[in-house]
Amino acid sequence: MSGARGRGAGRVQESATARLARLLTMVPWLVNRQGIDIAEAAAGLGVSEQQLEDDLQLLFMCGYGQMPDELIDAQWEGGRVFVTNADTIARPLRLGVDEALTLMVGLRALAAVPGIGEREAIERALAKLEQATGASAEAAARVDVAIDEGVEAQLLADARRALEQSRRVHLRYLVPSRDEATERDVDPMRVLNLESRWYLEGWCHLAQDTRLFRMDRIERLEVLDEDGTPPPHARHRDLDAGTFVPREDDLVVTLRLLPGATWVSDYYPVDTVEVADDGSQTVRLRTPDTLWLCRLLWRLGGRGIVLEPAVLATEVRDGAEAALAAYQGLGGADAASG
Amino acid sequence: MSAHGGPAAKTERLLNLVLCLLYTRRPLPKSKIREVVPQYRSAASGEAFDRMFERDKDELRELGIPLVTEDVSTVWEDETGYRIDQREYALPEIAFEPDELAVLGLASRTWAHASLAGPAAQALRKLKASGIERDSESLIGIEPRLRTSEPAFDDVKNAVLVRQEISFDYRRAGEGETSRRRVQPWGLASWHGRWYLTGHDLDRDAPRVFRLSRISGTVSRQGQAGAFEVPSDHRPRDMIRTAVGEHEPQRAVLQARHGRGQALRRRAASVTEGAQGWSVLEVKYSDPEAFADEVTGYGADVLVLEPEEVRGAVIRRLEGAAAAHDGEGRA
Repeated sequence: MSGARGRGAGRVQESATARLARLLTMVPWLVNRQGIDIAEAAAGLGVSEQQLEDDLQLLFMCGYGQMPDELIDAQWEGGRVFVTNADTIARPLRLGVDEALTLMVGLRALAAVPGIGEREAIERALAKLEQATGASAEAAARVDVAIDEGVEAQLLADARRALEQSRRVHLRYLVPSRDEATERDVDPMRVLNLESRWYLEGWCHLAQDTRLFRMDRIERLEVLDEDGTPPPHARHRDLDAGTFVPREDDLVVTLRLLPGATWVSDYYPVDTVEVADDGSQTVRLRTPDTLWLCRLLWRLGGRGIVLEPAVLATEVRDGAEAALAAYQGLGGADAASG
Repeated sequence: MSAHGGPAAKTERLLNLVLCLLYTRRPLPKSKIREVVPQYRSAASGEAFDRMFERDKDELRELGIPLVTEDVSTVWEDETGYRIDQREYALPEIAFEPDELAVLGLASRTWAHASLAGPAAQALRKLKASGIERDSESLIGIEPRLRTSEPAFDDVKNAVLVRQEISFDYRRAGEGETSRRRVQPWGLASWHGRWYLTGHDLDRDAPRVFRLSRISGTVSRQGQAGAFEVPSDHRPRDMIRTAVGEHEPQRAVLQARHGRGQALRRRAASVTEGAQGWSVLEVKYSDPEAFADEVTGYGADVLVLEPEEVRGAVIRRLEGAAAAHDGEGRA
């Protein structure tokens, strides 16, 4: 009886070849970990326990012939996994092009991180990998990732040192949406690079919450002597939705984005986007404060228009007119030296 | 026994095929393979078996399994034999040091939230198959993450890897309209957090850079894989940097209210405190439009004194924003 029938619904069906590729990686992994706990094996292989049992069931049916001694032996009674008589596939298949690419591009990107101490290990790993992958390595060289911008090596090194030694840091941090520098103590949790920007995530004692600090906005970072272990209830921010997390009680804003400003809906998290025939968009988003939106709408120079709320539209207009009046007051460029 | 149809039965059939072709020393003729693999034995007819076997061979090769054919003709019969060379199949034994595994783990996790998350995890699992791993990558303390949110990413990446011509609809900067582009893809690079394609534009007969987020609809492939050569000195990032613009820095003079324009003050070459609560900043910029965007964001707190190019660009934006909000705003 095949266990495959009972598989949980709702998941995207894995293709027969994708499953084969997975099994060919799974067997060598298990062969070298005889007697491993089934839950641990499932976690290590990135599948559910049910899936792993189904896979073992399938392996049990396969062999280079159909005589009992020719079949793979897979056992998982008592919660421990044993896979034997699988010598032909006891080594993994060579790395595919995508597989080689992910590791090589990832390593090269890491090597470019300013001040990274592991550069030598990266070079050694790259060299070994290139030797083992041959033609795939050549193709992977045509994909390139730059994550080296916008942070000083010293700042990154200090943040990593604080993290390694669990030390609290004092930050002077610029909040551009309010155009002000703030002082705060932070217990570092991790250093991240997201879409080529560096962030320090940590427990902020000022906000009493987990915060993500853009490193190019940290004016000063001082590693303190105090212990910097974050409180036990500190949680990592969910980064899948981007770095900006809307809240329930935020102001709801509706914007019309004309062609040339439609990048806004890609760049900022929006709730809904309606696209009109002329390519313009009507988007709805939520925000805790309006100052950054005013700044954005000034920049867009009329290609982004507030539909609702009216009070925000007035704020945008008044701010723009005040700036224009200030330019009027200057007279000409000559006023600079006056 | 599993049912005949369905993906599980097919996986079983393919796995049996791989196992017997890896096991055999001598190339196996088709007739022998049909005897050994039970799912072939039970095929309805010889024709059904032939079709199934041909498709299976192609699919194994697509997975990168080095299935080879050899002539096994005898005096009585012309015949082709099949086998998989163990040495060609298997990942060579590579002994990685713990610090190497740690950086490899980090390299793999870079893709954890991108479309290549699966291959990245699989690759690491292969390298760690025979080693007992320790979770040492967390000690490095940094976590780079790539995103591939552009829908065209996978198609473009595949075309770059196999060197196959593609065509797609492309939207130019600041325009709503798209035009069809035919390109020999040379390279793919993430730069300032965005993915770009570099290649030879066949209609313009010149090298071009394309932003993946501006490709709309499907990417179609034309012709054969390996149909063109990528210039040996091609560096995707260098070409993007030149095309997208990293110009010589220019000098601007700004006037900022005391305590305002913090980010500009930070990178100013000089700050002179002036009268009536204003400071004069000297700031370098490379792209006048992008710099005008930034300065406009400060509204009345930061004003451009020179150059006229940036000053004009800021005033145009402010006038546009004021006009667009005149009306609805008053209601």
